[in-house]
Amino acid sequence: KGRRKRTRRDQDDKGRKRDEEVQAKIKSGKSAKTRKHIKYEKKRKMEEKLEVEEGEGEERHAKRKRKHGSANKEERDEDGRKRTVKEKAQGVKRKKHKKVQRHLTHLLCHSSEPSEEEDNDEEDNEEVEVRPESLSSEELEKLKEAVDERKKLIQVLRGKPWPMKKKCVTLWILKKESQEFVEKYEGALGKGKGRKLYAYKVMMTKKWMKFQRDFENFKTACIPWEMKIKEIESHFGSSVASYFIFLRWMYGINMILFCLTFGLVMVPEALMGRPYGTIPRKTVPRAEATSAMDFAVLWDFGGYAQYSVLFYGYYNNQRAIGWLKFRMPLSYFLVGVGTVAYSYMVVIRTMARNANESGVGDDNSFNFNWKMFTSWDYLIGNPETADNKFASITTSFKEAILEEQESRKDDNIHLTRFLRVLANFLVLCCLAGSGYLIYFVVRRSQKFALDGLENHSWWERNEVNMVMSLLGMFCPMLFDVISALENYHPRVALQWQLGRIFALFLGNLYTFIIALMDEINLKREEEKIIKFNITTWEASLYNGTVSENSTAPPVTIQPADVPRGPCWETMVGQEFVRLIISDTMTTYITLLIGDFLRAVLVRFLNYCWCWDLEAGFPSYSEFDVSGNVLGLIFNQGMIWMGAFYAPCLPALNILRLHVSMYLQCWAVMCCNVPQERVFKASGSNNFYMAMLLVILFLSTLPAIYTIVTIPPSFDCGPFSGKQHMFDVIQETLELDFPAWFGKVFSYASNPGLVLPFILLMVLAIYYLQSTSKSYKEANVELKKKLQTVTQISFSPLALM
Amino acid sequence: MGTTASQLGKDLLSEYQELTFLTKQEILLAHKRFTELLTKDEKDLPNTRVPVERILTLPELKSNPFRKRICHVFSTSEYKDGSLTFEDFLDLLSAFSDSATMEIKSHYAFRIFDFDDDGTLDCGDLEKLVNCLTGETDDTRLTTEEMRQLISNILEESDIDKDGTVNLSEFQHVISRSPDFVSSFKIVL
Repeated sequence: KGRRKRTRRDQDDKGRKRDEEVQAKIKSGKSAKTRKHIKYEKKRKMEEKLEVEEGEGEERHAKRKRKHGSANKEERDEDGRKRTVKEKAQGVKRKKHKKVQRHLTHLLCHSSEPSEEEDNDEEDNEEVEVRPESLSSEELEKLKEAVDERKKLIQVLRGKPWPMKKKCVTLWILKKESQEFVEKYEGALGKGKGRKLYAYKVMMTKKWMKFQRDFENFKTACIPWEMKIKEIESHFGSSVASYFIFLRWMYGINMILFCLTFGLVMVPEALMGRPYGTIPRKTVPRAEATSAMDFAVLWDFGGYAQYSVLFYGYYNNQRAIGWLKFRMPLSYFLVGVGTVAYSYMVVIRTMARNANESGVGDDNSFNFNWKMFTSWDYLIGNPETADNKFASITTSFKEAILEEQESRKDDNIHLTRFLRVLANFLVLCCLAGSGYLIYFVVRRSQKFALDGLENHSWWERNEVNMVMSLLGMFCPMLFDVISALENYHPRVALQWQLGRIFALFLGNLYTFIIALMDEINLKREEEKIIKFNITTWEASLYNGTVSENSTAPPVTIQPADVPRGPCWETMVGQEFVRLIISDTMTTYITLLIGDFLRAVLVRFLNYCWCWDLEAGFPSYSEFDVSGNVLGLIFNQGMIWMGAFYAPCLPALNILRLHVSMYLQCWAVMCCNVPQERVFKASGSNNFYMAMLLVILFLSTLPAIYTIVTIPPSFDCGPFSGKQHMFDVIQETLELDFPAWFGKVFSYASNPGLVLPFILLMVLAIYYLQSTSKSYKEANVELKKKLQTVTQISFSPLALM
Repeated sequence: MGTTASQLGKDLLSEYQELTFLTKQEILLAHKRFTELLTKDEKDLPNTRVPVERILTLPELKSNPFRKRICHVFSTSEYKDGSLTFEDFLDLLSAFSDSATMEIKSHYAFRIFDFDDDGTLDCGDLEKLVNCLTGETDDTRLTTEEMRQLISNILEESDIDKDGTVNLSEFQHVISRSPDFVSSFKIVL
């Protein structure tokens, strides 16, 4: 028994000595450690009071001798390990080894300053033997705390940079002790209130920890496409993989949006609403009935596709449907608002999390160090990528050194400035040109629509979408060429490029929306005329029958024959759906032609071509991370814009993202080569999130505008017959909620309350902004102080 | 404490889960990959030590310029030859895993970069580090002038106590400010 005790202390010794050695070499600040030291000092002193050791004096003396002894450390290592193995195999049944566990606590908490004096203190105080039954309730509390502390120590264990053997031994000891600790004091602990309760609590905590761990494992296993992305990471580095991780994240968001729209809007109407053909809005008009099933019409989302749950116009304005009394219009409105609210929440939460992880913002003060220590991407497993990475690291070193030297030189500023102004001017011209082109094309398409679509070729019918997609493809290349004039640092140039592409897409989108607004107004004019016509038509119907009898029998008219108003909301939904489809098609076709075909040509024509195709002109394409990310962001913006008018959009997007993931993963592995200049992904992470947030805001603006200002169509959609779409809320409050609720709500929406609330929020924002600024300044001051203080304190030493 | 033939015991598995940052699947995958490196007779012995040449055939380590240093740092062999047991291998994967903390990653990174194992990064260590990063061939290496300039820039940025070397806490101070460190210091099987 004694030998076993000694060997365990050997183990501690060995560990402590090793720590000592490392510590001796490290001259470091111990502030964090001192704090922990103090806390655990207090705890140890408490434990000392409850000591339960028998006389182990002779053991202690032997131990001290060994500590000061000069036994060969290597031998002790070997022995210690062997004996530890034996120990474990045999199993020690000692119940009183507080001392050892305190040494361990010591080790775990400090891993430094093995102050011998404190040890001696502890050892001297251990003569007292306390019987468990005589402990008071507060000491019981302290006991319980001590048990919890042990549990926390076990959790801390995995963060210690120790070899596995040491961790295993420590864990085993800690576990054994806490088990025996609880066993010994079970009587005492139980004597208080609820012994069974305590044991039950302990068991539940253990089960809960196990459940949590299993759940974490399950969650990691559930993440889709993990293996694919890891493979891409090892071949192309983390920046290309970051695009796919972003794609997957978007897929998650869209899945939630899809569940909302599908489960709360489409399914209830399909199951509980009136079936197809019963009312005019749900039926294909007689005039279109012959062509309603044609593929061309369906592809264009007309015909049967238009008169289905996919679009706004199908929904009935009945207040409550089915036996559940499901409030359909209310649900439609709330789901629309809910999708936007959810998206905002998710984007902002991700931004906040990224901002936390990325440290103290953009710090340029450790440029060289970061290049040295963090530039290698350990995920790279492919020799070709590794070579590329080597080359790019060398280039970046040389560049950085050159830049450092040149920042002292002052090159020809005026020429660079002039060139930059020229470049920006050219870019503005491009943007204006593309905006005008889109506007022109949309007006033309309206003219075509008035003439009747059948008279024009396929190109003329799809002109708008094709022009937008083509502009989105070619203008970025143009911007790339223009930016060669500017001579910026690559990272800055990339940001300018991204900013310009962003402006291009935004301009295109808004021109498209303005053109759409024109069409909406046209349709509303048409609606007024049709409303007038309907009243005359109905009057004529009744006039015809009233001549027979005094009481007019109800005239049954086929729903397909009723004259229909032009449902502008469905039209808007259709336009968005068509835009998304054409955009997707363009992306896929560019992928196939631009990447795949190019790779095939380069690979096979290389044998019979005059110059080396692989190294020279076309060569294999690189994966354009930023272009793809922007495309993804803009697509999402279009989804957000159109989802209110076409509930099928999230479903469409899910399909699109799913296919994109597989297609692009295949294309990347098959046709692309790793980038030459390998940029780090993480710096841009928040940049992309910020763009997503801006797009979210800008895309919900038009939707909100149309909801608030334009009255809904009179004969289609869930809000037909109302003055405004949001009147459904008012209606629900009046009819479904008790009276006092309505009163409270009307007080809350009183401008007298809302305005002060807004004012308060503005003040809060201002306050938070100014405190964060002052914290940043304090940070800078402290950094400077640290520099000067360490310089001052160490310079005399240097002199010595 | 050793691993036996082809199966990991349940309690060993849960112990490893508690002591490392790896999930159960990752530990099982690591076990599978590790046993693939063993020869037939070695598979039956518990606690086998795999020599460094075989570890370096793993595709995740093959292209890494620091592969020898990584093996050396995680090895618990008395001969300091870089050979790894399964538990050393788990330690390696845990330190390089996604959920490992910044402290543990920076601790091990420091030890990996410390080529002469003296506890500080001096000029010799930094020079070897740069040479590792710029590849093996001559045309990618930096000239002596560039190297000198680079090292003096580095020390100027991070050496707070101006002793000509970077110690652990200076290193951790620099690394903790870097946004890329945690995401690039990752190895996944």
